[in-house]
Amino acid sequence: MALSWLLLILLALAVIGFFTGRSRALASAGGDARELHSLPSYYGYNVALSALVPALGVLIVWLLAQPMIVNSTVSSLIPEQSIPEGSDRGLIMSEVRRVAVGLDGAVAAGAMTEAQAQDANSDIDQLTATLKDAGQVLTQEISQPILIAAQKYRSMTSTGSVAMQGIVLAVALLGAAFAYIRTHKEFRARNVVEQAVLALLLLAASIAILTTVGIVLSMFFETLNFFQLHSWKDFFFGSTWAPNFRGGSELSILPLLWGTLYISLIALLVAVPIGLFAAIYLSEYATGATRAVAKPLLEILAGIPTIVYGLFALLTVGPALVSMFGEGGALGVGWMASSNAVLTAGLVMGIMLIPFVSSLSDDIINAVPQSMRDGSLGLGATKSETVRQVVLPAALPGIVGAILLAASRAIGETMIVVMAAGAIAKFSGNPFEAMTTITTRIVSQLTGDTDFASPETLVAFALGLTLFIITLGLNIFALYIVRKYREQYE
Amino acid sequence: MTDISQTPGAAPAAKPKGGSLFEKDARTKRRNAAEGRFKLYGIAAIGIGLLMLIILVTNIVTAGTGAFQQTFLELNVELKADKLDKKGDRNIEDIKKVSTFGYAPLIASALEAEVQKLGIQTDLKPKEMGKILSKSSQAQLRNYVIANPDEIGKTVSFRFLVNSRVDGYIKGRVTRESIANDKSITAAQLDFVDQLRDAGVLYKAFNPDFIFGSDASDQRPEAAGIGVSMLGSLFMMFVVLALALPIGVAASIYLEEFAPQNRLTDIIEVNISNLAAVPSIVFGILGLAVFINYMHLPTSAPLVGGLVLTLMTLPTIIISTRASLKAVPPSIRDAALGVGASKMQAVFHHVLPLAAPGILTGTIIGLAQALGETAPLLLIGMVGFIASNPPDGIVAGFLSPNSAMPAQIYEWSKRADPAFYERAWGGIIILLIFLVTMNTIAVILRRRFERRW
Repeated sequence: MALSWLLLILLALAVIGFFTGRSRALASAGGDARELHSLPSYYGYNVALSALVPALGVLIVWLLAQPMIVNSTVSSLIPEQSIPEGSDRGLIMSEVRRVAVGLDGAVAAGAMTEAQAQDANSDIDQLTATLKDAGQVLTQEISQPILIAAQKYRSMTSTGSVAMQGIVLAVALLGAAFAYIRTHKEFRARNVVEQAVLALLLLAASIAILTTVGIVLSMFFETLNFFQLHSWKDFFFGSTWAPNFRGGSELSILPLLWGTLYISLIALLVAVPIGLFAAIYLSEYATGATRAVAKPLLEILAGIPTIVYGLFALLTVGPALVSMFGEGGALGVGWMASSNAVLTAGLVMGIMLIPFVSSLSDDIINAVPQSMRDGSLGLGATKSETVRQVVLPAALPGIVGAILLAASRAIGETMIVVMAAGAIAKFSGNPFEAMTTITTRIVSQLTGDTDFASPETLVAFALGLTLFIITLGLNIFALYIVRKYREQYE
Repeated sequence: MTDISQTPGAAPAAKPKGGSLFEKDARTKRRNAAEGRFKLYGIAAIGIGLLMLIILVTNIVTAGTGAFQQTFLELNVELKADKLDKKGDRNIEDIKKVSTFGYAPLIASALEAEVQKLGIQTDLKPKEMGKILSKSSQAQLRNYVIANPDEIGKTVSFRFLVNSRVDGYIKGRVTRESIANDKSITAAQLDFVDQLRDAGVLYKAFNPDFIFGSDASDQRPEAAGIGVSMLGSLFMMFVVLALALPIGVAASIYLEEFAPQNRLTDIIEVNISNLAAVPSIVFGILGLAVFINYMHLPTSAPLVGGLVLTLMTLPTIIISTRASLKAVPPSIRDAALGVGASKMQAVFHHVLPLAAPGILTGTIIGLAQALGETAPLLLIGMVGFIASNPPDGIVAGFLSPNSAMPAQIYEWSKRADPAFYERAWGGIIILLIFLVTMNTIAVILRRRFERRW
């Protein structure tokens, strides 16, 4: 019985519960709904929710816990000496899972009987052949301990899922029965249902917390694993990034951080002046009509997916820059060797950030009280003097906040740098050279075949955690500044 | 003061220090010039922004429209019975035994016959001539024969794709200079292509397979399409819609209508605003670690992509839903409470329906954002393979490996053959059409249903 069937049965139980609960309530009031404490449907909802909610809770907990329990039990079955050199328990466990899935598949396809699959003493070569014939994927030779572990894995998983189905259904029936028995015309069904709905609403709101916790924990534990395999001193204070999948890698974040900051700096050098002047013009000079046209048009730039900017950088801006600054280019300087460069990524990222800076600054400039402008204009200042000497100083903290938010966006941006920045980690001040960033390295270390036991893969989690902390810090600081500034004028 | 006391009568004649109001002095001129310059900077800034937008859009359109057209060669192929069905009993299993290799001679002889019929003079051998066709044409022929075994023995007219170099030549991307070091095509073959084009059998036409077809291997850019990854995106959007909308609305109702002023509420609020600013790649790491590595959900599956994008879109939906709940005036709630509704009833029966258009608008915008997101999909493995088969069935659509539109575009941009770049730009046009449509619907909904209280 698949999970979907279990869910369907639960749903059916809930629907039946709704109608029986409703009619029992009506019957207890002699068919006169006015005698009831709550509307009849609330009694129905009460039974349905009592059937559904606890059962689903048990189901979710079970689904999360079962793999952990099965894994740890099966893993303890594999003796230490049967783990080959250069491998580890995690790899063996994935092989065990693969064999178990293979056995399941072979039984389902009719290539072997259930008894054969459970036979602990079966001939390994023959079994391997049978599995291969049945079209199951095996990577390693099956060994005796793996086979035993796989059989244990299978039996535990199947017992577990049968038990889960039984218990979940029992919980659902018990819940429904309990609510059904309590259904009576004096029963305050609406209050109970509303409490339950409120709890569900709170649960939905808490998913935000759960996500954050999930992000932090998922990266934190892998980062700890990484620091057990690799020295933290090299990660934070080393000077070379040279991953080597045969071991002996040098994995330091500093060159990556330099590349990230350098590209972000160029992006901000493009975005801040343009965005800020656009915001000043839109809020201080533009007529209503100009504003109504120009502002949404600029904001289109913010709605374009980053993959588009990435392609634009890779195929248009990069080659254009090479034809200008490259060997035999229009300027004849020969500074740029390939279209992957800090400048390419930075320029395009800057274009992407223009609307970000301009909308935020626009809001902030608009929040400066009109009386301050009037005062300045009344003293004979020109409009631009008012902007420079009154409005901007007043809006400065907010604008700094906006720039910090833009910086955090630039640091976390992935697609543009993956496609246009290059892959060479180095400390260099030349904007025409290729450099690499934190996000680029996360992508390259985690795509393709990943082995969660090697420092070269795990370093991505340490990089991710660092990135998360940097952007989070910038955001919190920026929001604090913006909020503080708003309070000043409200 | 000293001026005035020294020459009391000559004040109008001598230039007074303040000057006439009708005549600008140097300082005023300077200040006015600064004013003009400042205004000009603003106009220039907006101009640069809009110019970038125009360059971007023009670039996308000019580079991408080519992908919707493809060069075809029309040939009459004789489906020789002695080659395809040796026993002559039209047994489908026997016909399937003929590999794509066995169809190559049929195409070659068809091409030869066509050349003779048109009276084209060429020194090329039939095998060389056949190389202008796409490597997928044999498979195309074979699929046709397997689908219509009754046609064996007849002569059927086919429209074959030509190879990407020839296509590039017709579109002007490939020139005789650029193929000097290219092993896969010679100048003689291009002459032959010119002759075929003049004869009218080789032509450029609209290529629906780009929109609806599946991706193809590195060797056959001309046959690659975005259809399968479009399905992948569609399934992901189903997941996002089914999870993000109910959870987002429930969370917003709690925060806006019920949440007490306490620490838990503060923590939730701070978390939501921070999640909105977390780099998208971090969500990809979360998906890899939790959904794939811990929960063992299938890699590259649209279900996992949808889950990750749901977590990413939730803050957007919550923020816009809260805004539209806030826009419903308190008088509505008061009226409902006044006639005896419970607080829950007031919210669900009155406030929520009135806020629905705003919620819908926010959801569509959130979905559009999720549709274009690429970075987290790279980490959960939706790139690096060829999305060649459409999923069979709805469950497989969620669980079997697939790509997504932005991931497919990224994949194409990484391949070596420049013919894929054209596809990537074409894919972007399709992606942007979706985004523009969704945003337009959102704007229309807002205009149509927005209520001013």
